[in-house]
Amino acid sequence: MTSHILKETPSQTGGPYIHIGTVPGFAGLKTRSQEQQHILATAGPVIRIEGAIYDGTGAAIPDGIIELWQADPSGHYNAPGFKGWGRAPTGGPGGIWSFETVKPGVVPWRDGRPQAPHVTLAIFARGINIHLHTRMYFPEDEAALVADPVLLTIEHPARRRTLVATRLSGDGMPVYRFDIFLQGDPETVFFDI
Amino acid sequence: MAFDGEFFRRDRRMHPPAYTPGYKSSILRSPRLALVSLEQSISERTGPVFSAEHLDALDNDLIRNYAESGEAIGERIIVHGRVLDENARPVANTLIEVWQANASGRYRHLRDTYLAALDPNFGGCGRCVTDADGYYHFRTIRPGPYPWRNNGSDWRPAHIHFSIFGHAFVQRLVSQFYFEGDPLIARCPIVATIPDWAAVERLIARLDMEHQVPFDCLTYRFDIVLRGQRSTYFENRPAGN
Repeated sequence: MTSHILKETPSQTGGPYIHIGTVPGFAGLKTRSQEQQHILATAGPVIRIEGAIYDGTGAAIPDGIIELWQADPSGHYNAPGFKGWGRAPTGGPGGIWSFETVKPGVVPWRDGRPQAPHVTLAIFARGINIHLHTRMYFPEDEAALVADPVLLTIEHPARRRTLVATRLSGDGMPVYRFDIFLQGDPETVFFDI
Repeated sequence: MAFDGEFFRRDRRMHPPAYTPGYKSSILRSPRLALVSLEQSISERTGPVFSAEHLDALDNDLIRNYAESGEAIGERIIVHGRVLDENARPVANTLIEVWQANASGRYRHLRDTYLAALDPNFGGCGRCVTDADGYYHFRTIRPGPYPWRNNGSDWRPAHIHFSIFGHAFVQRLVSQFYFEGDPLIARCPIVATIPDWAAVERLIARLDMEHQVPFDCLTYRFDIVLRGQRSTYFENRPAGN
């Protein structure tokens, strides 16, 4: 049986200029390949996921990034033709970030039970010493949400709701709003994975 | 399948906590409630795949990838090293992104108002992919230290930011590395968010004279360790070692 031979490299904040290295076109640098990292899908029933990340004063943070990882609509990660990964700067009008993607399918929990459809999210920014990991679920999957093994591990039922997006009405592609609160009354659930 | 095994829990004693008032920006951006411990499912044990063929030709050469009228000004360096997991196995084909200030300590960013000069030939952004044995390298100029508003005028030691993916979302890591011998390291409030000096030492690149490029570049060595997988004898077949 092996044990740790080496120790993980420590984390440090991404700092105030993380956009230079991760979304350089957004930071005003010359653009390069793979700039449109927030667009995961252009065909199929495309949805938009958008939100803001709020600090302890309620201000949207303008200088971070958010990354998304998800399965394809049939519940497969790393599926051919669908990368499943995206990245967006938090710094649009109102601090909004957004992804255009397709809704993920059902993937299994460790014991084979289904997990409710979800995307995995990671947040990096100045003032965040080690990235924050969370999930977003879809509000229409009511029965699956009640039975989701991960949501059920959250002790306080009221906190589970911090991981469920709101479906916005309107024409065009479906839009899911998912606001993330770093502190305060509706503080989002963050995971230690 | 390479990702059947669960990954070792993250040893958070080696990482900075969220709330570190000596680094003021963390005060309003740190969760106040405990993280919820999550057992890893396939959603956490998988991650995106990047490959070198998606990179641009000069992505790993910051001396030339923003050049307009000549090469970037400053101390020419190569940074190289190896990416391993906690089991000391190489992490192949993983994307590393880097960003940094120029030789005078100025970032090419609208919000950086430091009076030091911008270099018209330096952007400060690069990336590379590890090879089959986990090795990576890029060429750049050594960044300068710079002042920032924290406790009056604090000074950041020279550093290069990096982002690395590994092969699973649980391995994701963003950090910064420093340069051997810099007296500002021990005076930096951001370095000091790390509670353990032995862990800080693992963020310091070492001068590597053996691999200098004569009459051209000094070379620094910086190795990166990502989380490793353990065997799961009852839940799955043994994997990860």
